[in-house]
This record gives sequence, structure tokens and C-alpha cells, in this order.
Amino acid sequence: MSGQLIYNILLFGRVLRRLGLDVNPGRMMDLVSALDHIEIGNKPDFFYAARTLLVHEREDLQLFDEAFDLFWRKPAQSWDVQWQGLTRPRRPAKPIVLPPPLKDDAPTADNLGSPSQEALTVVEVTRTYSDREILRHKDFAQMSAEESDAVKELMSHLRWKISERRTRRRHPGKGEMLDLRRTLRRSLRASGEVFSWAYREPKRKPRPLVIVADISGSMERYTRLLLHFIYGMKSALTQPVEAFVFSTRLTRITRPLQIRDLDRALKNVGELVHDWAGGTRIGESLKFFNFEWGRRVLGRGAVVLIISDGWDRGDIELLSREMARLKRSCHRLIWLNPLLGAAEYEPLTRGIQAALPYIDYFLPVHNLASLEDLADRLADLDRR
Amino acid sequence: MNFNSIDSLQSALRERNYIAEHGLATSLYLTLKLNRPLFLEGEAGVGKTEVAKVLASLLDTDLIRLQCYEGLDVHHAVYEWNYTRQMMHIRLSEASGEGTNESELFGPEFLLRRPLLQAIEQSKEKPPVLLIDELDRSDEEFEAFLLEILSDFQITIPEVGTITTPNPPLVVITSNRTREVHDALKRRCLYYWIDYPSFEKELEIVQARLPHAPEKLARQVTGFIQKLREMDLYKLPGVAETLDWITALVALDQQALDPIIVDETLGAVLKYQDDVEKIRGEQTRLILDRVKAGVD
Repeated sequence: MSGQLIYNILLFGRVLRRLGLDVNPGRMMDLVSALDHIEIGNKPDFFYAARTLLVHEREDLQLFDEAFDLFWRKPAQSWDVQWQGLTRPRRPAKPIVLPPPLKDDAPTADNLGSPSQEALTVVEVTRTYSDREILRHKDFAQMSAEESDAVKELMSHLRWKISERRTRRRHPGKGEMLDLRRTLRRSLRASGEVFSWAYREPKRKPRPLVIVADISGSMERYTRLLLHFIYGMKSALTQPVEAFVFSTRLTRITRPLQIRDLDRALKNVGELVHDWAGGTRIGESLKFFNFEWGRRVLGRGAVVLIISDGWDRGDIELLSREMARLKRSCHRLIWLNPLLGAAEYEPLTRGIQAALPYIDYFLPVHNLASLEDLADRLADLDRR
Repeated sequence: MNFNSIDSLQSALRERNYIAEHGLATSLYLTLKLNRPLFLEGEAGVGKTEVAKVLASLLDTDLIRLQCYEGLDVHHAVYEWNYTRQMMHIRLSEASGEGTNESELFGPEFLLRRPLLQAIEQSKEKPPVLLIDELDRSDEEFEAFLLEILSDFQITIPEVGTITTPNPPLVVITSNRTREVHDALKRRCLYYWIDYPSFEKELEIVQARLPHAPEKLARQVTGFIQKLREMDLYKLPGVAETLDWITALVALDQQALDPIIVDETLGAVLKYQDDVEKIRGEQTRLILDRVKAGVD
């Protein structure tokens, strides 16, 4: 086997990684050894071999196909230009020199707070009691940059816990199921006489959480802080937390939020989402969610949080139908509305009217105090 | 059986009435050559489980199947002691005046072998195909355990010792994606996404599986299903539904599709009431017209 070929394969692996694919070094080795078994001259065979070994996510297949096509064709002069066309780093792209950086016109780094600004802000955690009380009740939309930084800091101290469900897995306990294994073990100590029975009970686990947040124009003043809030929840909870945002279409932001570093996570979210502060189509977005993601993320008694002001310019009947479906497939459906914080607010918009019948809890989300209330509610969902 | 090219594997599969795309054949071929687990994903009813079955028949070996569900634990996946027999044994030896010692109680004759243990034990003789079906239904605890098994094919039973095999079984894992399976597990495997087949390929599958179905009916049903898959439905019909539907229509002595029979048997194809209501009547006629215009 030629050294050139192996070199090219390794280079190809790096390119894929740069594009955000999760390429495992072990499978790279496998690809090299696979060459002993397939005809290298046969391009389809090589293509499918590389594909089955290097990709393990359906969403990555198309990107792989395009990258393969570009990489393994005869080198053209405008190589760099061609690579610009490939986008969508799903995972944090690793800093590799090759190929040239992807798009840099992605929206909204400033929308989300650029790292350089925030790194300089020293947050005072030791505010006086009354300062904090004022901050707790101040509407997110009316905060100065400094206040909102302080709130972000306070937000990161919120304790999140979601009520548990009984799983089908059992462990030793006081349940009704006999634990013969332990019973017999115990009885052996008394040469086979059973003096006490051992039991098993269902193991309990916190429910998975799904957050679907509106990032349309009317929510813009809240978006930044709400993303912090979502990030905070995702890092605080041990169970699966799935996050989506929408204005005119739905984007899953679970992967970028997994990064440890908050600023980089939010920056990646910014690059992934293309409809910041756009119009609102809640119905269509929920439908897309129900079709594409419902079955995948709503299992195991998930709790769903929708964050939106309910200003919908789409099809209201559709919204009502999709809310009904969503309601049927989750454990609790909670709608968080920042406008609900205003005393004079009445849920009269058509969107909210259509959605209300399917909502278990309709709660405000406009200041820190409302988030604390939400935390209490989530920890105690099964009691109504 | 030994395959020296992807094409030869593909035609061997075809001889066993499994029509595989070139991509799937490549994945299977490498699974055999590199001895890595194969991870199959795809919508319900595209023939994922079938892959393991045909592979076992091809290699002339056993198929051992582990159906996953939430709460699946070691006692149901690997081994369990037969407690009733053990207790009986204690009583009997008591009655006959001999004492029981622990080591005889935990001997091989009291061991219940579950699929994973079976697969590893059998591998010593002839590696079977181990099908881990619908992994997405199990929970994270089992996934973590499986990851361990797949890395060294070794099971330790405290009372017996470690059971291991030089030649591991051929592992096929399937998932319907009702939950995201952890990356670590998928990274370990070869991955293949089984898509819905094209019209030609689906017709080929129908003809291979149901050779007695009237040609016209087969073409029309396949065409109808292909059209349904382009529509906005909650649950798209898989190949399994195509086969079921044709079987049902053959049983009803149908030679071709007409709007009435479609509406009456739509339940064999669409599994959500919303979807049935959406298609029944007007839509049925429209689709049927398009199918007849295009297919006949």
C-alpha cells in the first residue's frame, strides 16, 4: 500500500473532523486495514467502506458524501473555494489548520455576548440583600448590561431538579417484587432456612427535559438571558436535556450546548441558528418538532418547556393540532411566557388562545424570581 | 462461507431473498472481515432485523437474539441462577441427611444462560450471530454494560469464574432511534443507515418475498406506498407494510388496486388514525390516479 494513500486517508480524516464530524481514530485504523479487503480501484467500494467506518450519525451522512466527493476528486486549483461551501459544524470544530475556516458571516456573536467583553466584566456576587432583591424582581428586558451580567451569575447558582419517575429497572428495596437472589443468599447463612424475604422496588430516575424556545423578533430582549438559563439547566441536570430554538424554523441546539465553556457554547449556537429575531411560526415549528424529534426525545416521561410570548403569524389551527399531539406525547407541558410577568397581561393573542387548553402550567419567565418559582415547580411536578 | 468480494456477498444475500444496497453489502462485508459490530439504524420496517437473520443463514450459524426493553438487566441479558432449583436442591439434600455446600449450589446445572452468555459460550465452538434488537428501548445502564461486553467479550460470574472466547460472535445492533444511543457505543461499530428503498428495489424485494403476488398488484401497491412516503404523515409505511398489504390483498383475491379496496385495507399500511383520515377518500383517488398513470 502506498504511503501517499495512507497519508491522504489520514488527511481526509482530519478534514472530516474539521467539518465537525466525530471521527474515531480507531475507525481510521480500521479503514486502513479495510483496504486489504476491498479493491482500492473501485471507488464505490472505498466510498461505502469509509462511510460505514467513519460516520455513525445519520445527520452526518450528507456532509460526509459531499466532503468525500470534493476530497477524492482530482485536485482543482480552487480547492479552498470549494470547501467554503461545506458548513454546519455540529460539534465544536477542533482547531486544525486544514481546510480554511468555514463561514465567518454567521450571525450574532454580539447578539449572544462576545467572550472578550464578558471576560472583562468582574461579577460581584457579594451584593447586598436589597440589591439582590431588586435584581430578582427586575424584568430581564429592562436590565442594563451590568445588571444582566449579575443576573447571569445568580442564574448559575439556581438549583434545578426535576421530579422523578419510576423506571422499569428494579433494585433492592421495599417493593412488592421478591428478590430471590438475595433471599437465597441470606438463607444460606442459616443452612437453607428462609427467615426473611428480600424484595426489589422500581428504581427512580429524574425525568428527561425538552426545552423549545422562541427566538423570534418579539422575544429578542429576552433571548440572550434565556439562552443562559437553558445552558445553566443543561449543565446542572444529570438527565438528558434536549434544547431547540425556533422563529421561522426549528433548530436543535443540544449539541453545541454540551460544551463546557459557556461563551463558546453560545457562539456555536449562534453559528448554527440562521433565523435569529425572525418572524414567528410556532405551529410549523412544533409540527417539525413532532415529526422529526418527538419520537426521539419525548420517551420516558419527558417534561416539555415551551418558552414563547405566543405571538404567532402562522396557521392557528395547525398550532392547536400540534399542541394537542405534543401534549399527548409528554408527561407535563409547561409554557413559559415572559409577558405573563406584567400585571395587566391577559393571554389574548390567538397563538396563546389556541395553545392554552393543552398546557399543564402557564408560568411567567421574566425575572429571576420567576425562574426560582419554576425550579420549585419542576421539582414537584407530580403533585397537582 | 467465505466471501472474497462485496459483489459475491451481495449476490449470496440475493439468493436468500434479501435485496441489499451496495452500501449495506459493503458494511456487512467489512463487519465479517474486520470483525466489528454492525450498528443498523433506520425507520421501522425497513428490514434491520432481517439483516441479522439472513446473515446467520448465510454463515450457517445460529442466530441469538436479545430483544431490548427498559430495565433490561444482567439477569435477563447475561445469566441468572435458577433459584427454585437451588432451593429444591437444599431441601432434598436436607431430607437425605447430607448438608449442602455452596459450591455445588452454584454449579453450571443451576445456571440459566441468557442470550449474551449463550453467545459467548457458543462462540467457542462456532461464533453465532448475536442480534441486539432495538437497543434504543433499553436504558443507559444497559448501554454502558453492553459497551463493556463488546470491548472484550468476557463475562465474569463470581461463583463460576470468567468466561471468554477467542473468536467473538458477529454482533448486529439495531435501533429505531426512539432515543439517542450514546456516541461511545456507536463509535465502536460500523454504522449503516437503512433508507426506504427506491421503487425498483422495493419491487424487487416484493417479487423476491412474495413470488405469487400478481405482477400488476405488486407494481401498483409498491407505487402507492412510494407515493405515501412523499406525504406529510406521522408514520411512513416501511417495506414490512408493503409486504403485509400485498399479502392481505392477495388473500382477498385482488388483482389490482381500486379506491374502495384501498380505503378498506388502509389499516394494513397506516398505523395512526390521523394518517388514515388524511389519506382515506379523496387522497386515495388522487394517489391511485398518479400511480396508474405512472406505473401501468
